[in-house]
Amino acid sequence: MEIVYVYVKKRSEFGKQCNFSDRQAELNIDIPPSPQLAEQFVERNPVDTGIQCSTSMSEHEANTERFEMETRGVNHIEGGWPKDVNPLELEQTIRFRKKVEKDENYINAITQLGSIMEHCIKQNNAIDIYQEYFDDEDAVEVMEEAPSAKTINVFRDPQEIKRPATHLSWHPDGNRKLAVAYACLNFQRAPEGMSNDSYIWDLENPNRPEIALKPSSPLVTLEYNPKDSHVLLGGCYNGQIACWDTRKGSLVAELSTIEFSHRDPVYGTIWLQSKTGTECFSASTDGQVMWWDIRKMSEPTEVVIMDITKKEQLENALGAISLEFEPTLPTKFMVGTEQGIVISCNRKAKTQAEKIVCTFSGHHGPIYALQRNPFYPKNFLTVGDWTARIWSEDSRESSIMWTKYHMAYLTDGAWSPVRPAVFFTTKMDGTLDIWDFVFKQCDPALSLKVCDEALLCLRVQDNGCFIACGSQLGTATLLEVSQGLCTLQRNERNMASSIFERETRREKILEARHRELRLKEKGKAEGRDDDLREEEPTLNLEELVTKAEEEFFDIIFRELKRREAEAVKKKPKPQEKPSLETDEEVEGEDEGEEERGDEESPALEGQT
Amino acid sequence: MAEVEETLKRIQSHKGVIGTMVVNAEGIPIRTTLDNSTTVQYAGLLHQLTMKARSTVRDIDPQNDLTFLRIRSKKHEIMVAPDKEYLLIVIQNPCE
Repeated sequence: MEIVYVYVKKRSEFGKQCNFSDRQAELNIDIPPSPQLAEQFVERNPVDTGIQCSTSMSEHEANTERFEMETRGVNHIEGGWPKDVNPLELEQTIRFRKKVEKDENYINAITQLGSIMEHCIKQNNAIDIYQEYFDDEDAVEVMEEAPSAKTINVFRDPQEIKRPATHLSWHPDGNRKLAVAYACLNFQRAPEGMSNDSYIWDLENPNRPEIALKPSSPLVTLEYNPKDSHVLLGGCYNGQIACWDTRKGSLVAELSTIEFSHRDPVYGTIWLQSKTGTECFSASTDGQVMWWDIRKMSEPTEVVIMDITKKEQLENALGAISLEFEPTLPTKFMVGTEQGIVISCNRKAKTQAEKIVCTFSGHHGPIYALQRNPFYPKNFLTVGDWTARIWSEDSRESSIMWTKYHMAYLTDGAWSPVRPAVFFTTKMDGTLDIWDFVFKQCDPALSLKVCDEALLCLRVQDNGCFIACGSQLGTATLLEVSQGLCTLQRNERNMASSIFERETRREKILEARHRELRLKEKGKAEGRDDDLREEEPTLNLEELVTKAEEEFFDIIFRELKRREAEAVKKKPKPQEKPSLETDEEVEGEDEGEEERGDEESPALEGQT
Repeated sequence: MAEVEETLKRIQSHKGVIGTMVVNAEGIPIRTTLDNSTTVQYAGLLHQLTMKARSTVRDIDPQNDLTFLRIRSKKHEIMVAPDKEYLLIVIQNPCE
């Protein structure tokens, strides 16, 4: 079937304007109201309708491509000479200069400019227009701001399989670079195909490391040579000591022989202060401290075994996990051990046994950080288990100050190089704590969540303003602290030293009292023992046991009753656990008082 | 000739003056009291800076002109006296 429609219109009428005209209204359709339909109508009351006042919005996410930057350089050469003069030919340039100097114009110009210049030079020499008249006044004003810190840059491990950042080191001059050691410390559980490389980062360029250091075994520590910033010292996971010269590239320059190296990962490497700048020493969990000269790395120059029984037995040695050396005390060094004991040593002692001078114990776990106070080297900071402790060399029994037990393990700590009362600690929950014990003793002056994963190491730059933290996933975060935290406060040195002295004195008094009590008890026990021997000891023992049992149950019942009563009181807050809470409260109070070093605290200590 | 020598000698003898140099319109050092590489660096950079400073002053007001340029830095002060053809550059340590 074919549908044909013919539309007829004259060509002349195409595009002609319309011609409207009025006409009468006409009715097309009429629908009368139907009562049947009206019956079906149902009225709804109330009516639910959703309405919205605000304009509707939607959320979209777009992942933009990362902006890659790179640095390019152009080498400029000397130019601007006339065409017929070769700037490399000395004779031609001299001739050109002579010609210019004979020019009338030149002579006039220089004499004229000379007089203007002389005026300015004289002006500079006459007065110092930028002289500060009230230099000492503004130091006080700085303190007013609250302590703060901000993240400046983040350096991520570029490898696919992320490795924890285990050690950091700042470039010794200018502090433009940061060396980061990466190693997985899980014994025999390192993922397959994990890279061994460690990196040196330029602070300006977080996209790409400046140099990769390629050791045969992952680096646990990495340290810039303070005398020669091209040379780096690394302690390997397999116990070897390696040296790099950044001018020679990323391959190892010097490596210790494996037979004469450590047998465990090297946890501490430090450069010694020597004329040649080539001497260094290292410590490892195998219980040895070794001295090296990087000019002759085949074997160590000296070995000290960390055996505190002074028998030089490697089996009894304590594993060294941190190392401390203060250049102002060149004969001394300290070692923090896995067993929580700090060993103070003297390098210049005649016999091996004499090299171990004394020990300080108090931590319940490995001492991850150990550092002398840069202003008062007699006092040192240790970080281990859940606390950071400050010790004095004069008080060997216990630390003079300590933080409360945190919820997370502490992993590293360091003093501020510019303020004697400020130190930094990192925790397993990814927070960095900044302590200022002149300002506050119970809590950190500033606690900052740096990242979600655990922070493992930190290093403070020499001017105290910048801190680098390394994390479990290999990110190194660069932080800048506020001005107040990195400028020496008025009287701070005196205050810090008086706090150290006061706490040391308090600790000594407590020690003396402890000793006295112990002696007394000993005396008493001996006296009682003599009496008991005359009577029947077995019967007495039974009696004592029953008495003790009675007492014990009595205490337990009383405590239970008390808790029940408390539970009734505390019912409106069911999520709290009354037992735990009370314990914690008591502890907290105790520590607070000890920290403050009140006069009552000796009594408290005496009881424990 | 002798007059120029005398002027430059006098400038150099002032307290705190570290170096004096004369640079021509192309940035070529004509005379200097510093070593060659330092001079070339100073001459090249300060010539560019002076030209930029001069054009800035002139752009702001065409009837104006740069007469002197003083750069105060942490370590010293660099003074540039410009002329149509030549620049006289003096490096001084004012705090001495």
